[in-house]
Amino acid sequence: MTLTPDLLIQNVKPVTDTKKGGKKVDLRIRGGKIDSVGDGLKPEPNEEVYDAEGAYVSPGWFDMHVHLREPGQEHKETIRSGCEAAAFGGFTEVACMPNTDPAIHTRDVVEYIKKQSSELPVEVYPIGAVTRERKGESLTEMSDMKEGGAVAFSDDGDPVWNSQMMRLALEYSAMLGVPVINHEEDLDLSRPGHMHEGEISARLGLDGTPAIAEEVMIARDILLAEFTGGHIHVAHISTAGAVDLVRKAKSDGIRVTTEVCPHHFDLTDAEVHARGFDTNVKMHPPLRTEEDVEAMIKGLKDGTIDAICTDHAPHAEEEKEVEFIYAPNGIIGLETAWSISVMRLLQPGHLELNQLIDKLAFQPRKILGLNLPEIKEGEPANLTLFNTDESWKFDEREVRSKSKNSPWLGQELTGRAVAIYNKGRFVENRLRN
Amino acid sequence: MADLSDSVRDYPFRQRHLLGLEEYSRDDILYILEQAKYFREILDRPVPKVPTLRDKTIVNLFYENSTRTRLSFELAQKRMGADVVNFSASSSSTKKGESLKDTIRTISSMKIDMVVVRHESPGVSQFLTRQVEAAIINAGDGAHEHPTQALLDMFTMQQIYPDLTGKKVAIIGDIAFSRVVRSNVLGLKKLGAEVTLCGPKTLMPAYVDSLGADVSWDLEEVLGWCDIAMALRIQLERQGSKVNMIPSLREYHQMFGIRMEHLEKYPDFTVMHPGPVNRGVELQGAVVDSDRSVILNQVTNGVAVRMAILYLLSGGKRE
Repeated sequence: MTLTPDLLIQNVKPVTDTKKGGKKVDLRIRGGKIDSVGDGLKPEPNEEVYDAEGAYVSPGWFDMHVHLREPGQEHKETIRSGCEAAAFGGFTEVACMPNTDPAIHTRDVVEYIKKQSSELPVEVYPIGAVTRERKGESLTEMSDMKEGGAVAFSDDGDPVWNSQMMRLALEYSAMLGVPVINHEEDLDLSRPGHMHEGEISARLGLDGTPAIAEEVMIARDILLAEFTGGHIHVAHISTAGAVDLVRKAKSDGIRVTTEVCPHHFDLTDAEVHARGFDTNVKMHPPLRTEEDVEAMIKGLKDGTIDAICTDHAPHAEEEKEVEFIYAPNGIIGLETAWSISVMRLLQPGHLELNQLIDKLAFQPRKILGLNLPEIKEGEPANLTLFNTDESWKFDEREVRSKSKNSPWLGQELTGRAVAIYNKGRFVENRLRN
Repeated sequence: MADLSDSVRDYPFRQRHLLGLEEYSRDDILYILEQAKYFREILDRPVPKVPTLRDKTIVNLFYENSTRTRLSFELAQKRMGADVVNFSASSSSTKKGESLKDTIRTISSMKIDMVVVRHESPGVSQFLTRQVEAAIINAGDGAHEHPTQALLDMFTMQQIYPDLTGKKVAIIGDIAFSRVVRSNVLGLKKLGAEVTLCGPKTLMPAYVDSLGADVSWDLEEVLGWCDIAMALRIQLERQGSKVNMIPSLREYHQMFGIRMEHLEKYPDFTVMHPGPVNRGVELQGAVVDSDRSVILNQVTNGVAVRMAILYLLSGGKRE
């Protein structure tokens, strides 16, 4: 990835505290830092110029829940291909989950990921495993991994199942000042669930993952967070009852935060039926009901749900194009998160633009205790340029991920991230159509 | 053919596959059952064969053990003169070895007209329609649908009650795990019958109400109400579950097993079972052998109904 340390970006509208975003400005970047913000900045000799044509600009977006599959499952995704997908989706930074092979459970794996991503425009923050090999049996060397660059701990893909282990993890991570992120699922209640347990699963004869399997685990983790003083971050929240639990816990002053994926505020379990058992609507947690979708939106509006993440989970075509009950869980999401957020949250007026940017750019970093980028002279340029009105078709050619397991494939979407700037690198997202 | 009335002959049957009864209309179902009568008569002939499918090649793709359904299909196919190949494999082989996608595409390349498929995963027949051109017949996909079983059940009921409108059917047993239930409820409701599902609450799927039938835990009440009592096979330990869903088969028989005393107390209902029966669990042995049971008729009718389905989906018209 070539460096573009010096760049003049013309005609961008910074998203400000106001609802609509400010008036158009020009941004001059020098040596990867914001040099000046002004009106009518003139190109200097030999300066590269990008005319944003009125696109919005905000601090770069942060996806705190992705699966990059490297090391070990490079046939699904690599750090490089995952970061290309992130850049296309407008994300300048991502935090990647440790269910790799080997798991991100030692400092050397953390450092391997940092090294593999060092030359890429997208910054990758590894999330270390809570337990060695993610087996739930003994704590990892969290402090050492944090020194190496890990920003949180999770056994995602699986829950931290043992309550004592979760207590220890919360105590230990509290000492380090980082959250534990739990994949909230009581496996005894959920296995061998292949979709949401509800009217549709009853009719399709598929074993269901009940809402209560998620809620029981969240209730436990909230109690443990209160007891230990640790910070629990509820991964990919998906049920109305779970949102209620987190809302109540927050009002009680417990250190709990949460995130939601676009598919959980856009799609329902009816898709499994409507799409004839298409495995691109199979994920964990599963697509829930209309009532749950409404609860996600309400939770985003009232602040119960802090952040939007994708749970980007690439799987190869040969893995997904199989019998429904054998298909692995998960969908890719980096490329489509912005459009789905625009269509489901912004356009219907559930969230204002600045609120949406808050969920994508600021809250994830606050949860992880990272610095918040600013569009200010002297600050490193970490920017996402985007629009809210462009119609484009998300067909296979537009997929930047190595895998194509998306439920939105082939659909007309609205809103697109047109470019990112980060780490001295500029990526313009040109459509291939 | 002379055996079919003109009204039946003229019915525009437009289905390409039989994935489930969800996609079939009331008229589709009645049409199949009417056709099946003709094939049922053939089975009673000295030479129970017709050459209807002699230019057709059919593969029976069975990823689960199913002696009766596979035999029934195979007999139906052979009685109609089709070329038949059988492919049996364990479901796990598609996880370890060749994928189902490759298997079906390979088989399809050998110029197959129809595929009969049995598999543990719901939706497999839909999956196959996306892979190949052949007509797909679902012979049971997990706990989803088993449409030919429901059709043969309805055919058998029609032999007792030619019009099933308002007839009361009880289905008793492991409702959650049963593909027979879903197809039967869909089909019977379309024919105007009333259906009650009965069994232990732990063997009911969550949201059982959405299946469109009434639900009861009271066997006596249900047997007093119904015209037909269809018992389902009970397995203590279910595939994919490490936990027993009911305490014991003994207690199940005490609570939900149909016994001779029930036949005496409620003299009107007919006993059915899709087989294989666990004698002494869902049905007392003497109940199976009693004249109130039509279980063996179901088996015979199964061949006729499958002949009708194969004929209708073979794309051929009888001259």
